Parts: sequence; C-alpha cells; structure tokens
Amino acid sequence: MNLNLPILEIKELRASTNNNEILRNLNLTINRGEVHAIMGPNGSGKSTFSKIIAGHPAYEVLSGDIIFKGSSILKLDPEERSHLGIFLAFQYPIEIPGVSNEDFLRLAYNSKQKFLQKREVDPIEFFSIINEKLKLVDMSSVFLTRNVNEGFSGGEKKRNEILQMILLEAELSILDETDSGLDIDALKIISKGINNFMNSNKSIILITHYQRLLDYIKPDYVHVMQHGKIIKTGTSELAKELEIKGYEWLN
Amino acid sequence: MNQSNKILNNNITHLVSQPYKYGFSTTIEKDIIEKGLNEKVIRLLSEKKNEPRFLIDFRLKAYKKWKGLKCPEWAQLKFSEIDYQNIIYYSAPKLKKKLNNLEEVDPELLKTFNKLGISLSEQKQLTNVAVDAVFDSVSIATTFKQELAEYGVIFSSISEAIQEYRGLIEKYLGTVVPSGDNYFSALNSAVFTDGSFCYIPKDVSCPLDLSTYFRINDENSGQFERTLIIAEENSQVTYLEGCTAPQYDSNQLHAAIVELIALNNATIKYSTVQNWYSGDKKGQGGVYNFVTKRGLCVGNSSKISWTQVETGSSITWKYPSCILVGESAQGEFYSVALTNNYQQADTGTKMIHIGKDTRSHIISKGISAGNSKNTYRGFVNVNKKAIGARNYSQCDSLLIGNLSNSNTFPFISVHNCTTKIEHEASTSKIGEEQIFYFLQRGISLEKGIELMISGFCREVFTELPLEFASEADRLLSLKLEGSVG
Repeated sequence: MNLNLPILEIKELRASTNNNEILRNLNLTINRGEVHAIMGPNGSGKSTFSKIIAGHPAYEVLSGDIIFKGSSILKLDPEERSHLGIFLAFQYPIEIPGVSNEDFLRLAYNSKQKFLQKREVDPIEFFSIINEKLKLVDMSSVFLTRNVNEGFSGGEKKRNEILQMILLEAELSILDETDSGLDIDALKIISKGINNFMNSNKSIILITHYQRLLDYIKPDYVHVMQHGKIIKTGTSELAKELEIKGYEWLN
Repeated sequence: MNQSNKILNNNITHLVSQPYKYGFSTTIEKDIIEKGLNEKVIRLLSEKKNEPRFLIDFRLKAYKKWKGLKCPEWAQLKFSEIDYQNIIYYSAPKLKKKLNNLEEVDPELLKTFNKLGISLSEQKQLTNVAVDAVFDSVSIATTFKQELAEYGVIFSSISEAIQEYRGLIEKYLGTVVPSGDNYFSALNSAVFTDGSFCYIPKDVSCPLDLSTYFRINDENSGQFERTLIIAEENSQVTYLEGCTAPQYDSNQLHAAIVELIALNNATIKYSTVQNWYSGDKKGQGGVYNFVTKRGLCVGNSSKISWTQVETGSSITWKYPSCILVGESAQGEFYSVALTNNYQQADTGTKMIHIGKDTRSHIISKGISAGNSKNTYRGFVNVNKKAIGARNYSQCDSLLIGNLSNSNTFPFISVHNCTTKIEHEASTSKIGEEQIFYFLQRGISLEKGIELMISGFCREVFTELPLEFASEADRLLSLKLEGSVG
C-alpha cells in the first residue's frame, strides 16, 4: 500500500436523495495524518456527505467518484467500507434495545478480525481488550452490560462512538457533530481520546458548528460547505473568523 | 417507498429464499381410510386401532357435538373454508408385522427421522431425551421406554396406552379439554389417531426429558394427535414437542389437543418448537394449525409452564392455558411467535385463577415481518375465591418492514379485590437506521438482525431446555434472514 497516496479523494461528487440533489460537485482530498474540519450552515449537506462516504443506502451518487486508499468505493456496501477502515461517528447514535454493548462491540471487532483474516476472539479475551480501550475514554466497564446506547446520556452516547472508533482502529474517521450536546468536561475527555488515537497514519474529518472543539483538536484544514460543495478552505484561523462573522460574509 | 427501503427489500427477497429445510416427503406404502368424515369412518378408525367401547362412544359423542358447532370466526385470521370431506383421517405406514424393537422399523421411516435430526436407532439416540416419533396418524417408535419404566414412568404412544393403561386413559382423557370445548377440540376428539402419553408416578422426578416429534407426510391427510401428560404428587417432568411437514401447494390441517394434569406439588414444563411448513412467499400452501392446549393445576402448589416458539404454519390458532385450581398453583406462558411472508398467527394464553394465592406469569414476544399478521390474545380471569391471586403479563411486539401487522388483545377479568395484576406492553420496529448502524460497524445484516432478535426473545429462550434453545435461536434467524425493509 502506498502511504503517500491520499487516504481519501472525492472528485466532482454529485449525490441526491429522493430526487433532491444534495451534493453538487464536491471536491476534497485528505492525506494521512491530517485533520480536516468541515463547517457550514445548517442544511448545507455536511451530514449527508458523511453518510454518503459510509455508503448509506438512502443516497444515490449521480456522478463523480470517491477514492479511498487508491480505489473507488462507490460500489462497496457499507460493511465493506467499514472493514476497509472508514468509520462514522453518528450525530445521533441510535439505540438498539435488547443488544448488550459488549456483544455489539465484540461482534464489530470480530467482523473486522475476520476481514483481516485474523483470529476472532472469545468473550474473555475481548473483555481484556475492551477494558484497555474503555480507559481511553474514561468509561467504566459497567457500561458494557447496558444495551447499545439505550438510556445513555448524550455524552455517554458520544463517548461510546469514540470508543468504537478506537476499538476498530479506523483509518478515516468522520465525526459528525461529536461535540454537540457535550459539557466542557465530556468535551475534554473525548478530545483527549481522539488526540491520543490520532497518528500520522490516520485521518479525521470533524464536522462541527463550533470553534470550541477546534481549540482541543487542532485541524490542518478548515472547509466551509454550502449548498453541497466546499466554497472556502483555510487553516484554523478560518474557523475563528467564522465564529465572529458567521457565514454570511462568504457569499 | 423510498430508495433505501427498496434496496433493503431487494436484500430480503434475496435472503428470504432460504428453502424450508424439512420440505421433503417420504414415499412409503400406506394404510389409509378413504377421504371423508362420517360415523362409518370413525367406527372404522376405532376398529383399526382395536379400541375399547368407551372410546368409540367418546368419539361418536364428540362427532355429534362437532356437527352442531361452527368454525370460530373471532380470531384475526383469514383463510378459505376447510372442506372436511376432502381430508384423509387415517393414514399410517403399512407395517409388515408387529414390531419388537426399533431395529425393525421400516428403514425409510428411520431415514426420514434421521434427516430431521431425530435418530431412533439405539446407537445414535440422544442421550438425555426420550423420543416418541409420530408419522402422520401413528406413532412409529418410542425410545428409552425400558429405562423409564424402571422409574415407573410411562412414556408411550397414546394408542398403546389405550390398550395397556385403559384405566388411566378412561379416568383422564377429555377431563381438561372436554370434547365439546370448541370446534377443533370436538373434531380432534372424534378422529384423533395418535399422540403421546406420559405418566409420572408419585415422588418421581423424570430422569430424562420426554419428547414427541410430529411429522405430517401425506399431502391429503390431516394430523389429529392427542397428548396426555399426568404428573402425580411431588413429581416433575420436562416435555418437548417438535413438528415439521413437507412442502405442498395445498394446505394440511393439524388439529391437536394437549392435556396436562399436575397434582399436588407436581411440575410440568412443556416446550414446543413449532416449525410446520408455513407456505411459500406468496402464501401458497402451508399447515393450518388449530390446537387446543390446556393444563390443569389441580393440586396445591402445582405448576405448569408452557414455552412455545411458533415459527411455522400458514395459520396458527393456539392458546396454551392453565386452570389454576389448587392453592398456590402456578401457571406460566412464555411465547415467541414469528410470522413472515403471508403467515397469520393468533396465539396467546388463558390463565384461570380459581384457587387461593395462585400465580401466573405471561411473557409474549411477537415478531412480524413481510406481509404477515401476528396477534397476541390473552385472557386472565381471577375468580371470586382466588384470594391473593397474582398475574404479571408482558406483551412485546417487534415489527420488521412496513407491511407487517401486529395486534395485542389482552383481556383481564378480576372478581375479587385482593388480586394483584400487572400488564406491560410495547411495540418496536427494526428500522433502517439501526441496520445502517450495524453495517457501518462492519457487522453484516444477518448478524445484526440475529443479535436484535435474540435480544428481543431472550426472556423466552432462557426458559427453553438447552437442546431447544440454540435450535430456536438458529431457526428464528433462518426464518428472518433479510426480512428487513
């Protein structure tokens, strides 16, 4: 694998849902080791963008391409994209009644192991693996016995997402408004977890509305998305400017 | 339908085409009574089985009652009228001579049961379960009879019991489900052909689980079996029932009766995994399953527990019930009913509290997928004299897809003020976003659904005997594969 290749290249991507065009000619290149922030007004297509990369079946790609680690992933199922290393931390992590977090996490972990042609682990082995990771997001093991996201507070849900990102060793992580609904302490814990996880081999896309998150996780690039395309790219200074001026001045 | 639903629905079609594993039929020489139902047929049937006088009378009386009854219409079920004159009421594999041991059973039949995973030959028998194998109208073989006899446990086909334990049959048959109880019980009482009989003597805890495996083979014959289990004082027994049928375009009728009697301090645990052929994707064919199951907790501190996993049949009409007569008697009902394609299930329980301090516990889990209809119907009745009675009911429904249907009709009737009743119900749906969450984490659709279903059914599965629990888990995921849309 050529590590100098961009991890993600999005070329002139147009996509729609229910005949409604949401992404209009979007271009973006991300290299390993980079953190990109995507900001933009509500309804500009940020969440849609993250779901399209993950392969959500509700969206149809009309033209353009998504190249991940050198090959197009347009024809791949969501689970195949996941196995290749794409991770989406959901804005609203869904509750799954009756399924314990531990079983869910183990199944996800073993699915990846299987894909990598590595040995699947049993529940006891997994317990020690997951316990190490739990510390990274400051969660107790009691958390494992609860059902996936059921009755979790907003902060717990977001921490659970980050835990999964770490567990699955995601190469490209898209964090969709992971900071929304978090208090300062939770934001600090999560940011610490993300920073520790990040290295020169991985990449992160942060979708956010607030400069606040970017104080903790410093982006290499900040993009502004509007009407389904990126209209401006800058450094972290751009985020600060947006915080003061809003999006209006860009038009 | 939006685009993503379409995509998921395509997945369904692909995955649901899982063939029914037990759909084969066996070619074998048969002894049958011509189609049709009348007094002559009943007499002939009784004659073939060499039955005593009281039983012929029992049958003819039931037949008269049946003629005066109408097919019940209150259930949430739609099906075309059954032509009772077009059914074979007696179809038995021709036996060349009287069997002395299992090795003499027709190899075709042994092969059939082997294929179903039930080995009757001595070497390969399940070590902890005694099996009675019923093929169309007759019982083929019963395993471990000798071993059980050492404990005084009687486990035989009901035909054999009628010959050998006439006293017990005459005393108990029809006492829990009277022949005129309902349309299908009257029909069964008139024409029942075989089934199982279990008798657990006083102070004996049955050393093996007892089990009957019912196989419908013939396309035109109905299966009308009858099971009677008697647990004497301080005895205990676990009983399992399994059923399959070949895949035909026509519908087969199955109208069974199960009667349980628990005396003082006795416990009967009755589990069913019902996997009759359920018809094809368009709703063509499948078994009509009209069953009356009832347990009588006549003794003090007696206990009857029903556990059922209903996955098959095109129509299920079934309400395993408990009549709690003895003081502190307990009734339990744990049910998972799964319907897919065009299946219809109307199932639930009745708990009749008569004795003081009687308790009942109902857990019902309904899963409906495809175009199916799944109804829970419950009746909890607390008598004036049932001082201190308690009931807890929980009915959960899980919908898969946008076309399935789920109903809950709990009926509670309380006639004294010392009773404590609790009822909980919930309805949920496996949604597209939950599926996407699994997929995004690299977990396949099948695995994801399996995990959600087994989570949903956990409270019931833990009640199943070990041999059945894993089977049930597997069966459900097989039946449901890809039915999310």
